[in-house]
Amino acid sequence: MPKDSGIGASSKRREDIRFLTGDGNYTDDINIHGQAYVHFLRSDVAHGTLNSVNTDAAAAMDGVVKIFTGTDFEAVGSIPCGWQVTDKHGEVMQEPRHPVLAHGKVRHVGEPIAAVVADTPEQARDAAEAIEVDISELPAVIDMKEAVRDGAPKVHDDLTGNLCYDWGFVEENKGAVDAAFEKAAHVTTLELVNNRLVANPMEPRVAVGDFARSTGDYTLYTTSQNPHVIRLLMGAFVLGIPEHKLRVVAPDVGGGFGTKIFHYQEEAFVTFAAKACNRPVKWTSSRSEAFMSDAHGRDHVTKIELALDADNNFTALRTDTYANMGAYLSTFAPSVPTWLHGTLMAGNYKTPLIYVNVKAVFTNTVPVDAYRGAGRPEATYQLERLVDKAAHELGVDPIKLRRQNFVTEFPYATPVAVEYDTGDYIATMDKLEEMADVAGFAARRQESEAKGRLRGFGVNCYIEACGIAPSNLVGQLGARAGLYESATVRVNATGGLVVMTGSHSHGQGHETSFAQVVAEMIGIDESMVEIVHGDTDRVPMGMGTYGSRSLAVGGSAMVRATEKIIAKARKIASHLLEASETDVELKDGAFTVAGTDKSVAWGDVTLAAYVPHNYPLEEIEPGLEETAFYDPANFTYPSGAYACEVELDPETGQVTVERFFAADDFGNIVNPMIVTGQVHGGLAQGIGQALMENCTYDADGQLLSASYMDYAMPRASDLPFYDVDHSCQTPCTHNPLGVKGCGEAGAIGSPPAVVNAVLDAMRSGGKDVSHIDMPVSPHRVWEAMNS
Amino acid sequence: MTQVKMTVNGKTASGHVEGRTLLVQFLREDLGLTGTHVGCDTSQCGACVVHVNGQAVKACSMLAVEADGADVATIEGQAAADGTLNTIQQAFQDHHGLQCGFCTPGMVMSAAALLKDNPKPTVAEVRHYLDGNICRCTGYHNIVKAIMAASGQDIGAIAAE
Repeated sequence: MPKDSGIGASSKRREDIRFLTGDGNYTDDINIHGQAYVHFLRSDVAHGTLNSVNTDAAAAMDGVVKIFTGTDFEAVGSIPCGWQVTDKHGEVMQEPRHPVLAHGKVRHVGEPIAAVVADTPEQARDAAEAIEVDISELPAVIDMKEAVRDGAPKVHDDLTGNLCYDWGFVEENKGAVDAAFEKAAHVTTLELVNNRLVANPMEPRVAVGDFARSTGDYTLYTTSQNPHVIRLLMGAFVLGIPEHKLRVVAPDVGGGFGTKIFHYQEEAFVTFAAKACNRPVKWTSSRSEAFMSDAHGRDHVTKIELALDADNNFTALRTDTYANMGAYLSTFAPSVPTWLHGTLMAGNYKTPLIYVNVKAVFTNTVPVDAYRGAGRPEATYQLERLVDKAAHELGVDPIKLRRQNFVTEFPYATPVAVEYDTGDYIATMDKLEEMADVAGFAARRQESEAKGRLRGFGVNCYIEACGIAPSNLVGQLGARAGLYESATVRVNATGGLVVMTGSHSHGQGHETSFAQVVAEMIGIDESMVEIVHGDTDRVPMGMGTYGSRSLAVGGSAMVRATEKIIAKARKIASHLLEASETDVELKDGAFTVAGTDKSVAWGDVTLAAYVPHNYPLEEIEPGLEETAFYDPANFTYPSGAYACEVELDPETGQVTVERFFAADDFGNIVNPMIVTGQVHGGLAQGIGQALMENCTYDADGQLLSASYMDYAMPRASDLPFYDVDHSCQTPCTHNPLGVKGCGEAGAIGSPPAVVNAVLDAMRSGGKDVSHIDMPVSPHRVWEAMNS
Repeated sequence: MTQVKMTVNGKTASGHVEGRTLLVQFLREDLGLTGTHVGCDTSQCGACVVHVNGQAVKACSMLAVEADGADVATIEGQAAADGTLNTIQQAFQDHHGLQCGFCTPGMVMSAAALLKDNPKPTVAEVRHYLDGNICRCTGYHNIVKAIMAASGQDIGAIAAE
């Protein structure tokens, strides 16, 4: 019987009520009396010298409060980067200055040049049109390989070139890897592109800055996945505001997918301008602005090679990747193609020798950073495409080749520095084969062919590393932040609890699932637990939500804090029960003396904590409030096996995903309904990447896909129902909940299955194409079929 | 500035607007009905769908002055006065048809318009009807399921979970 509450129950989401009735409180819903509005004038050229910005005419227009340009920010810090990568020669990466408003040069279409603050949004926009900008256009570098050629135009004149870093991992293994390739019985090689994407949370970014002159206190309301990180980065590095004078609030946030992790210029601007204008200042991004100012994702060009012995065992793997950084280093950009990508190249396989090279490159494009999966989809895509290609070259079944090379014993130390604690890749593959009815495929293919369609079947496996940590390790790897999480549990006198978590929910349903955990630990009703997040004045310093870390890290902090609460409550209870602490047990919301019917209810204990008349004051303080900071011992390693069936119309090249199967191992699960929903959303984004999404620049650096009429967002009619299973569960061994994280799996695991299925369909139509790049648009498929 | 007067969720509402003021701006900024959202600037995303004289309309594609005298319904008027969710809203919660909630008001309003015209749609009809509503969180699976359930149809045949 499924549980109806607590850990393991599909509790309905409490946050749904406000979202379903129009009562959510998103940042754009926040209006402060007297606020002004900012409109950013953005560069319409990709690269140029900024000769002058004449604001005279604009400043005289109705409603204009003040106009800002780059010179106003000369004394202000650079937008900081939160991760410093050290290259294969031991040198630190090149790190350019990233101004709030462009100064001297513009480096990508969309870079803000000037900002007009006015009484109304319309007045700000009208005045921005009257600003005269004189730019001498320079040749733009868009293609990464062109950007690193000798003599290429430099994005940053003060850097040695456009190479941010050249990273080798593990550099000491390179000789052994090359030697293994020399001895290989078979080598499979693949060159591919991991297409550039735009995260596109449905809520565009918004920032509202406020400044109280009488106290010197700043408040920033912003669409962030991690308000404390913004407070630290913006306060300490950009504006010089001490944290106790700066409050950052991220209220209801309409999706993030990574792109709302980062600290953006617009946040610093509204905070700065609120003081300069002595008025609250609000910025609401349009979708068009979002396309050219939200950090983009993916954009790798890779050559990958697999060495196999005569028995088809993987003996070595090496990769050579170019990773686009865009024009500036977004907050965590350098970590994505390195520590979130290179460390995952072993995949689910026991390949003994691996070498990964990554060249990170500056181009005249929007900065690129983490997007759902962040480095792990790129690793999974290249590896799982390559394994499929090897299977076809060798004439063996792709599933069999995978099974033969699976890691089967845990813990398993990969040759790329990480140790998988648990997993069962055979179990998820078994489950997948059962779900997907592999045996019935031939009949389904016949049915498709009878309609003049080709049908293809593709599989892949994936492994990911979630819950990024531990802090002392990531510090060695270049992180400029700790990656713990915090929680404060405040128990009220009448027994209800408020949990203040450093994790941030922007669609994940933490208010429901986190409450399930705490309620279960104490044995009380979920409705007695309230979850608070997203406000630096209310919750302790926390690192926020990304990398599928909320439950594994934030949930663990909450468990630790709740354990402290229970320990203290037990002391109080043992006093009230006049029993030894060791004899008192907590069950179903009451403390009972073991083996007796003597008990005291949770609410009586909490009341005693705040009305300590009969209380061991000489031993413990009154009150019941505890905080925990949890720093994990390792990453978590969710894994799984995915399968896709496509139909392909050879006349048009149109591909439709007919069936999609996901067998995941997320360890223990708190709310199966929410977990399933997370997988669904990830699958849609992965299928979107594989089939239709593509962020495209022309050779001059003009962004060609800057609206929903040009960037193909998946619609309901583009996607199938998904078949999702998470019954294979190998609990994480090093966090108290045994959970692994589920937020990114779908996006990581689905693109290779789709493309492998498309290639299978094409083969069945007599066209043995070994490679096609994403998105597998009708145009590309038709060309491949007719080449 | 022009005066506009309309009925919104059964109550009379009026205000002074510029000629270029969109209906969605009037609802959000003048009336404070912030449940109707703006997710794009090309009338693609559908987060701003409301009903005007019983028809689903993207409130970003209609001027406030065009709605003068109209009967407008928004997400804020969908639940009963005591807070009880309507059938579609309840189905969205029951079937986890929303995550971040930003597209949700538009989805609910579109679904209501669909079921009014076509009380027992097929899955394909639901998916086709939602072409003007983009969701980035759910992959649409549970939205389609919720709408099918709200129509009173058996959803047992829809893929596991």
